[in-house]
Amino acid sequence: MSTAQKTLLLIGATSDIGHATAQAFAGAGWTILLAARNPEGAQRNRDDIAARSGAEVSTHRLDVLDTEGFEGFIDGLPALPDAVVCVVGEMGDQQQAQGDLAHAAKVIRTNFEGPALLLGALAERFLRRGHGTIVGVSSVAGDRGRGSNYVYGAAKAGFTAFLSGLRNRLAPTGVQVITVKPGFVRTRMTEGMKLPPLLTAEPGEVGAAILAAVSSQKGDVLYVRKLWRPVMMAIGAIPEPIFKKLRL
Amino acid sequence: MLLEGWGRYPQLNSEVLTPATPDQLNELVRGRAGLIARGNGRAYGDAAIGARSSLSAVKLDRMRGFDPQTHVLTAEAGVLLSDILDTFVPRGFFVPVVPGTKYVTLGGMIASDVHGKNHHRDGGFGAFLQSLKLVLPNGEVWNCSPHENPDVFYATIGGMGLTGVIAEASIKLKPIETAYIRQATTVAPDLASALKALDDADEATYSVAWIDCLAGGALLGRSLIYAGEHASRAEVEEARVNGELLAKAKASRLSVPLDLPSWTLNKASVKAFNEVYFRKGSRKGDAPAVVHYNPYFFPLDGVSQWNRIYGVRGFLQHQCVVPPNNAHAVLSEILERFARSGRASFLAVLKKLGKANGLMSFPMPGYTLALDVQVRDDIFALLDEIDELVTRAGGRLYLAKDARQSPATFQAGYPGLAEFQEIRRRLGVEGKIASKLSERLGI
Ligand SMILES: Cc1cc2nc3c(=O)[nH]c(=O)nc-3n(C[C@H](O)[C@H](O)[C@H](O)COP(=O)(O)OP(=O)(O)OC[C@H]3O[C@@H](n4cnc5c(N)ncnc54)[C@H](O)[C@@H]3O)c2cc1C
Ligand SMILES: NC(=O)c1ccc[n+]([C@@H]2O[C@H](COP(=O)([O-])OP(=O)(O)OC[C@H]3O[C@@H](n4cnc5c(N)ncnc54)[C@H](OP(=O)(O)O)[C@@H]3O)[C@@H](O)[C@H]2O)c1
Repeated sequence: MSTAQKTLLLIGATSDIGHATAQAFAGAGWTILLAARNPEGAQRNRDDIAARSGAEVSTHRLDVLDTEGFEGFIDGLPALPDAVVCVVGEMGDQQQAQGDLAHAAKVIRTNFEGPALLLGALAERFLRRGHGTIVGVSSVAGDRGRGSNYVYGAAKAGFTAFLSGLRNRLAPTGVQVITVKPGFVRTRMTEGMKLPPLLTAEPGEVGAAILAAVSSQKGDVLYVRKLWRPVMMAIGAIPEPIFKKLRL
Repeated sequence: MLLEGWGRYPQLNSEVLTPATPDQLNELVRGRAGLIARGNGRAYGDAAIGARSSLSAVKLDRMRGFDPQTHVLTAEAGVLLSDILDTFVPRGFFVPVVPGTKYVTLGGMIASDVHGKNHHRDGGFGAFLQSLKLVLPNGEVWNCSPHENPDVFYATIGGMGLTGVIAEASIKLKPIETAYIRQATTVAPDLASALKALDDADEATYSVAWIDCLAGGALLGRSLIYAGEHASRAEVEEARVNGELLAKAKASRLSVPLDLPSWTLNKASVKAFNEVYFRKGSRKGDAPAVVHYNPYFFPLDGVSQWNRIYGVRGFLQHQCVVPPNNAHAVLSEILERFARSGRASFLAVLKKLGKANGLMSFPMPGYTLALDVQVRDDIFALLDEIDELVTRAGGRLYLAKDARQSPATFQAGYPGLAEFQEIRRRLGVEGKIASKLSERLGI
């Protein structure tokens, strides 16, 4: 199948990483379906992608907290996509999440429940068709819970485990599952934070890395800046009696 | 926070507002006073520093549409020229007017009605502008074009942001066969020959001269003249250029890490000038070179933050234009005064300009001369004297480079001012839309 006919479903079209990812795929000749909960924001990005690449781009309304609507959403798409990338996420406010259960639940549902159930439902359709690529954007924050953001981190850990299990189950089939751990990325989510330059990627780098992984059909767990792999290994190796005393 | 232009002088306090969407832009402008739009901050002086607040357009960086039939691109005002080129050169289109840096926004190019090396032939950026959307403090959004609100359209072209905030605009791109420029370099032993060489290059699409400011006496105005054309496919193939015909620019990595003393840049640039000058001078009729558009148009962009080279006090760029009649006498005098002061850059840029596009546009038929001057206490009096020469010759100074001219110099140079003020009154932006520059010049 030539790329000219391939279709990407991007879930979270108003995200900076998502927009850069859709841009990269459109530049490579893919048709793009943009899903977002905010129609104006999605339309603005749709126009941008279409103007730059000349690609066919459409927008579709979706809130990942509306899990009941998922099957209908998939049925309503113009076609079952060849690949899906989900970038939906919300960092939330750790301090608020400690006392405000509704807020904590929203962070957990936005980073874990919604994306996992949606990608799970798409995986079944891909499996029935016989092929497809599933990309979930998780986070290194899920590799080890830290005091400063463990609600978000736990949700990402759940999402990472879900993708890992899905990949394991579907490995013998034509459906590929990729987990992306972007590290720090300069986006509105991290705006105003002081980030270490060597560990911080631009959204465009993440988009290009996802496109490369999907096109080559290689890659299971993708760290965008390679330095993150040893960094996270080192963090993972710290014994718990020491780790628990660190202010992280 | 403290804001500055590219020259890092002056540094003034202004609150920065950064809308992330067009809707937020409208909300932030409504009801505000003392506001000016800010693009990528490449104006040298105080043009993009708001009297009270500065509205940054950098996040309004989305393109809205491109029509492959008409070649018209519509984009939000914060889209960078570098982004447009990276996106459209590989598709076979160029931006019809580009300034000497690609790190400028669409809104900034309109508000300064920027001129390129093709101004003598094609006019400024405004000549290719199809329409724009202007956001006003009273909450209104005006669509302006040569047919709709034309007076506001032409006041906004070159209007230095003082008619309102440009939210988006449409510009007609230019088809190209390749990303390369066929460049012919000639030498001029003095100012008269340099002016004549620019006149002789009237038919060339692009032309510009670099003057060696260290040469005096009979050699005053000694120059290199660069003429350029978009290279055809056949020319690029013949030149055996490596890479794609429509290659986009390579990312540059050099950057100036510290506030360096200015002689570092000056010495290097003069050495490079002399090398070419003597090589070209000794070999008449050199074959034209085929060069990529990026080093041809944006040689200084190769070193990011080169403005630090002038040290912490910053620098000024003096850019004037004088009508053709006695340009030779006036420009000689200016060059001599700068040389005598020993305070200016060793190289100056000389360029022929054509008609103005906007009511307040800088260009007028004549010659424009630009030099950099390090900020020192003794420089201001000298510049005032030079302004005097420019005013007497019927010329004016470029507001996008200005940080210090007097209201009198400004008023003498811009006869469109009264009509401009009238339009500002009608739009209800007086006092509402104001920059440090407009306050300084009494606009
Ligand atoms: C190295 C260098 C080379 C240059 N070469 C040239 C050249 O060859 N020819 C030339 O003409 N100029 C040249 N310039 C000047 C430059 O092109 C102009 O100053 C241009 O306006 C800068 O664009 P900007 O986006 O950085 O705008 P800023 O510097 O941020 O703003 C410039 C002006 O535009 C207004 N403005 C910006 N955005 C908007 C908006 N959205 N709505 C309304 N008003 C707005 C501002 O209020 C301000 O008055 C050069 C500058 C540099 C640093
Ligand atoms: N930036 C980083 O450093 C970094 C690091 C590691 C991982 N990540 C992950 O990368 C992904 C993208 O993040 P980003 O940096 O690009 O930040 P972002 O711009 O804030 O993107 C988050 C996206 O999620 C969407 N979203 C939130 N709740 C939603 C819901 N209920 N339904 C539909 N969409 C919803 C948001 O839509 P609205 O516009 O409608 O709010 C937005 O598009 C996230 O999963 C994030 O956790 C980011």
